[in-house]
Amino acid sequence: MSRKLLLEHINVPGINMLEVYRQKGGYRAVEKALKTLTPEEIVEEVKKSGLRGRGGAGFPTGMKWSFLAKPEGVARYLVCNADESEPGTFKDRYLMTYIPHALIEGMIVASFALGAKVSYIYVRGEMMPQIRILERAIAEAKAAGWLGKNILGTGYDLELYVQPGGGAYICGEETALLESLEGKRGNPRIKPPFPAIAGLYGCPTVVNNVESIAAVVPIINDGGEEYAKIGIGRSTGTKLISASGNLVKPGVYEIELGLPVEEFIYSDEYCGGIANGKRLKATVAGGSSVPVLPANLTLKYANGEPRLMSYESLSEGGFATGTMMGSGGFIAFDEDQCIVRNTWNFARFYHHESCGQCSPCREGTGWMEKVLHKIEHGHGKMEDVDLLWDIQRKIEGNTICPLGDAAAWPVASAIRHFRDEFEWHIKEPVKSQAQNYGIANYAVPIEKAPVTEEK
Amino acid sequence: MLKVEEQTPVVFSSELLAKFDDVITRYPADKSKSALLPLLHLVQAEFLWVSTSAMDKVAEYLKIQPIEVYEVATFYSMYFLKPQGKYAMEVCRTGPCCLVGAEKILDHLESKLGVKEGEVTADGLFSFRGVECLAACGFGPVLQISPEYTFYENLTTESVDKLIEDLKNK
Repeated sequence: MSRKLLLEHINVPGINMLEVYRQKGGYRAVEKALKTLTPEEIVEEVKKSGLRGRGGAGFPTGMKWSFLAKPEGVARYLVCNADESEPGTFKDRYLMTYIPHALIEGMIVASFALGAKVSYIYVRGEMMPQIRILERAIAEAKAAGWLGKNILGTGYDLELYVQPGGGAYICGEETALLESLEGKRGNPRIKPPFPAIAGLYGCPTVVNNVESIAAVVPIINDGGEEYAKIGIGRSTGTKLISASGNLVKPGVYEIELGLPVEEFIYSDEYCGGIANGKRLKATVAGGSSVPVLPANLTLKYANGEPRLMSYESLSEGGFATGTMMGSGGFIAFDEDQCIVRNTWNFARFYHHESCGQCSPCREGTGWMEKVLHKIEHGHGKMEDVDLLWDIQRKIEGNTICPLGDAAAWPVASAIRHFRDEFEWHIKEPVKSQAQNYGIANYAVPIEKAPVTEEK
Repeated sequence: MLKVEEQTPVVFSSELLAKFDDVITRYPADKSKSALLPLLHLVQAEFLWVSTSAMDKVAEYLKIQPIEVYEVATFYSMYFLKPQGKYAMEVCRTGPCCLVGAEKILDHLESKLGVKEGEVTADGLFSFRGVECLAACGFGPVLQISPEYTFYENLTTESVDKLIEDLKNK
């Protein structure tokens, strides 16, 4: 069994209640941080831990904190990004449902480190049950003196509020989230200025994912150096992986970074293999935005070495043969799934969720959806595949926020690795309506490449 | 999308206004516009949709222009701009749920309820629509029912039938 830092007590009955959470060592990190550490020392511990943002971008959390501007007499804010909307990702919902106090404890420590007196947890509006859970837990913590005025007699004041979103994927982008929190449409802002300089209400602000904030608790309890010993290389610590699709045991798993992908998919400790005795055709390893990979490249690099669940290993080979860690939304496709249909589905998602601010994304996502719909439904032409490639190239990198890239990458990678399947849909318009292309050679094992003596 | 038409003016109860007053204490005094999204949720929970006259009242309460409310209500997908069924069902239609049968659930709802997506059944009880990812991919197919947003996981056509019967008999 690998080490669990966030989900260690998930199966303890009543762990969602303050009393049980306390019995299991909860709020120790608040006591330690507020009574024995300075804000600077906390930031230093988080830096030492090597913790990287768990929302998708993987930016070092400690570094993000150290960028926060601290002008005299200006309020600073910590905003937790709980707008979890990336298809394939459901870890934050899980954490907030079962251990809400882990997030609240992390919020108190992080707010203290950043000097925030008011902090917000921006939860996507659809998660009304989780909003109710958090509000109840906050009231519990406040009644016990962990929030409010003069916490633990240290003179530190903190108010923590839950803010519901309105149902918009784009609000997971930090500047769109801040706009939304200000009561506006979720249109991402042009950066710079970054939120660390001018964020919520124009004040210095840090926006962190739920899992990043919860990870601060074990970092403070055990020390940054201890945390950094877990994992592999620059991928330190544990990561929550949301596993979905055609798996025997889909769900949320806490893994030590560096676990082989093959072990994650097939071992009984994790996903238990592909459901119904079928074979794996493809995976999306980090949420819908990251490139889709055929089964063989999921398990191994192009040179035959095993691929691991870590930021570096998943992106090994660049976009040509690799993918990304993203938010840890691991989606598995069995041999009966159609890549064209899924790509169309994702394109429809991005079209629906584009905020409409930048033309390449607003127009391009709709165009891609239409072309993919046409191919999937048997009306495609051979030049449509090149057209799709051309459209995604013109979206990528040409928008204010990363939604454009996120819309382009699934389409690009599907064509890159599964072009045969797209062409088959076009050549066999009738047959492709009745049956799927199947697994083809996507699962043919990659052998170790012969060692070549070059250079 | 937003039709300007005569609508029956709505009245906000004192209980609802008390909830409004509670929400705006969360923000700095001059930033009460931040309360807009939570307020619209409260309005929808009360009236099951957000009418233009309700939006005007919210604007009045927050001392902002009505257009500032309209632009927000039309941007976010959760706000219903026309009346829905008493039980508005929202089924996730995004990739991971489709891998495990979400499209079948949507088709089934259409034939079971006898209405198309977005329409309300004759008895006023049900409406349904497909929505984008609800962040429960490992437990798909899933649906939620507003205004409480109660959540139902691992759906089958049988469990959907049972759910509809249960709601009818409630």
